[in-house]
Amino acid sequence: MLNRANLSASRWLLLVATISLLVALPVLSIFWLAFFPEENIWPHLLDTVLFHYVSSTLILAGGVGLVTLIAGVGSAWLVSMCQFPGRRLFEWALLLPFAVPAYVIAYVYTDLLEYAGPVQKSLRAWFGWQTARDYWFPEIRSMGGAIAMLSLVLFPYVYMLSRAAFIEQCGSIRAASRSLGCTPWQSFLRVSLPMARPAIAVGLSLVLMETLNDFGTVDFFAVRTLSVGIYDTWLSRGNLGGAAQIACSTLIFVVLLITLERMGRARQKHFVQSPNSQRERYVLCGWRAGVALLFCGLLLVAGFIIPLLVLGGYALSNFSSYWSEDFIQIASNSLLLSIAAALVSVLLGLLLAYGKRLQPKRPVRLLVGFSKLGYAMPGAVLAIGVLIPLAAFDNAVDAFLREHFDISIGLLLSGSIFAIIFAYTVRFLAVSTGAIESSLEKVTPSMDRAARSLGRNSWQTLWAVHLPLVRTGLLTGGLVVFVDCMKELPATLLLRPFGFDTLATYVYQFASDEMLERSALGALLIVLVGLIPVILLSRSIGWRRGEERTALASSEAPALS
Amino acid sequence: MFTRSLFQKAIATVGLIGAIGANAAEQVNIYSYRQPFLIEPILQEFTEKTGIETKVVYASKGLNERLQREGRNSPADLVLTSNTSSLMDLLNKQLTQPVSSEILEDNIPAQFRDKAGNWFGLTTRARLIYASKDRVKPGEITRYEELVDPKWKGRICTRSGKHPYTLSLIASMIAHHGEAETKEWLQGVKANLARKPQGNDRAQVKAISEGVCDLSLGNSYYFGKMITNKEQPEQVDWAKSVNLIFPNQKDRGTHMFISGAALTKHAPNRENAVKLLEFLSGADAQYAYAEKNFEFPVRPGTARSELIKEYMGEFKEDDLSLTEIGSYVPAASRMVDEVRFDF
Repeated sequence: MLNRANLSASRWLLLVATISLLVALPVLSIFWLAFFPEENIWPHLLDTVLFHYVSSTLILAGGVGLVTLIAGVGSAWLVSMCQFPGRRLFEWALLLPFAVPAYVIAYVYTDLLEYAGPVQKSLRAWFGWQTARDYWFPEIRSMGGAIAMLSLVLFPYVYMLSRAAFIEQCGSIRAASRSLGCTPWQSFLRVSLPMARPAIAVGLSLVLMETLNDFGTVDFFAVRTLSVGIYDTWLSRGNLGGAAQIACSTLIFVVLLITLERMGRARQKHFVQSPNSQRERYVLCGWRAGVALLFCGLLLVAGFIIPLLVLGGYALSNFSSYWSEDFIQIASNSLLLSIAAALVSVLLGLLLAYGKRLQPKRPVRLLVGFSKLGYAMPGAVLAIGVLIPLAAFDNAVDAFLREHFDISIGLLLSGSIFAIIFAYTVRFLAVSTGAIESSLEKVTPSMDRAARSLGRNSWQTLWAVHLPLVRTGLLTGGLVVFVDCMKELPATLLLRPFGFDTLATYVYQFASDEMLERSALGALLIVLVGLIPVILLSRSIGWRRGEERTALASSEAPALS
Repeated sequence: MFTRSLFQKAIATVGLIGAIGANAAEQVNIYSYRQPFLIEPILQEFTEKTGIETKVVYASKGLNERLQREGRNSPADLVLTSNTSSLMDLLNKQLTQPVSSEILEDNIPAQFRDKAGNWFGLTTRARLIYASKDRVKPGEITRYEELVDPKWKGRICTRSGKHPYTLSLIASMIAHHGEAETKEWLQGVKANLARKPQGNDRAQVKAISEGVCDLSLGNSYYFGKMITNKEQPEQVDWAKSVNLIFPNQKDRGTHMFISGAALTKHAPNRENAVKLLEFLSGADAQYAYAEKNFEFPVRPGTARSELIKEYMGEFKEDDLSLTEIGSYVPAASRMVDEVRFDF
């Protein structure tokens, strides 16, 4: 006979399984397509371009990974552990580039740095050069350019997570390492960095998945990655099945990344300790302070200030002709969709993460991992994956009603904003789940045991104990999803209802036709709306310190393994 | 039965609410591969004339798949395409239905429409060579075949080989010269490129004006869009830096392709959609296509815009059948990979 605990456990398993399968439906649809390709494309790809696709994908991912690691961890370390001029500003401002969509920053820098742009024009004027053959200037539309653009807007993922990890580290451990003779550098490399590794791995895996998925930037810069190969196989060869096969094989990378992330976490379980209240920062003076300022300043200026100025300039110069009723409608569409998707993603993410906490067994872990696959599917392919089950459902309901009641209701879900919200959820659930999981992992299991021994069931424990503790994780997850949805393009383009635009589709329509001016206002608004959560987010990382200190004051002594 | 009729009422209500969203009043629902800036002015004119509202989803990829998945419940009535291959794909997937209309048959010459009435061409576009006024002498290049001449080394710009416009040109070369010869040609063009294929047709002309290259491939209407651009006057300068070359005038004629439309298989607003089709093929819309988009109307006798008369005049068109070109597109796509055109 099942006792009460087991019953509850199997209910959680059922819940987790239902959610995972639901959000995995689009991915499963793509797998299904992959099994029925119109022609076998692999021999041709192997003979011709596969090597180039794969190698440019690896170079891009490697480059972006390396740059975001250095930029993200480095700036997080400086801001959390050192004292230098401007530190308090950078603390939150380094998150700002996150609000800039990668395709927008690509348009902006192309506009600035190409041959006819203001930078090269001025250079030619100063030095009297006549043609492109008189001097060398880095080509912005290139692999290097793509790495730079993606890194500039993706490094905040790493920054955000590693900063949170650095803040939570117990100051006394670092003090101990110093007293044992470590220099600040050694203490950073041998103590702080390894302790922050799980958080850094999570941030990095998000960066890499975004990179694998990017189409707008690489296409614009003529870098032929696998995601370009997917669209090409689908659209110019008319082989959707073949495209699905390539998409599924890129999932191998992602499964590797997710495994990496999980291994990073599993190796080190440590629960929040009361952080050292007398945190001492290394005070940087002289050239050291200068380097720190320059490092953080460059990231902020290149990733945010310059795009903001360029877009702001264009938007203001024609503000009155672009600001209209329609534009306001488009902006509210974006807001509505993003808020809805963020709420749904946080709710589902919480259930998944908590279910996994209650049932940390293999099937549940696999199911939760499964629910994250959507994050790695190229947007337009995922959109087809969303269409397949939704349209099948709609048509089945309609057929049933026609047969039994002689009524036709047409399509209920596909072609509605439901389809877009569903697509966003499938795409970004990995983000919210990840944030909530890492938040939950820091709550010591003794809290659960205490609550349960006092007669609370799992739901009551979740409500009374965990929710207040992981509030920041929920907020972080929700806000990141919100910003991501504001920027999402390919799935929105394909799934939207008639006459329905979002800021992203609005920007794309003009920018892709080389009319950056006309798209500037929309792009600027995406960035500005994205700022609100980013600022909240940076404050929430700050809150965590005070809040968790009180919440955990009475919990058991820190366990560090 | 009581429960059944109650349920029926409830469903009818839900259906009604849904209907208000998708099928209210007089309207046509359009899936459009053509960009809003090309289509919207003409659709507005249609609504003003007939009172029929148009609703559009614009996307550059995946609309055929969406239509296919939505099946008989799809709200879409018409698909507007910007090239031949998406029309052919619609046909292959059996997503269209035939229209027989005397107006359409009168307006659109037979070579620009499907015999069975499953698709209709609305405008034609020419694939031109744009040549720098300063650095390319008139008459220095007159044929697509001459793009491989070693004297153009490092002087040609083009968009991706995988873009439907490029594929269509390559497919027409295959139709005329066979695969082996075309492959040699494509390799020759690649060898002469000034930079990796990138950007759209407009970006290539810009590159010529900047001195990055001297020749580019591009569609005819981009020229009109640039030289009349009031919002971005610098585009006028780009356009003024080039001459338009209509290739192969002394032999088969310039490569043409069409933008077109097809009625969807399950079009819920069939009558209105046919009205829109007829409107698009009619004198006013055809003139608007020429006047506002600088495309070539399919309807014989449509007045040409002043600008087209001034810059493009009369020229010889390659009259190769679109179906034949379409059949070579997959081979063209394979070839682009084989010569690693885009890398």
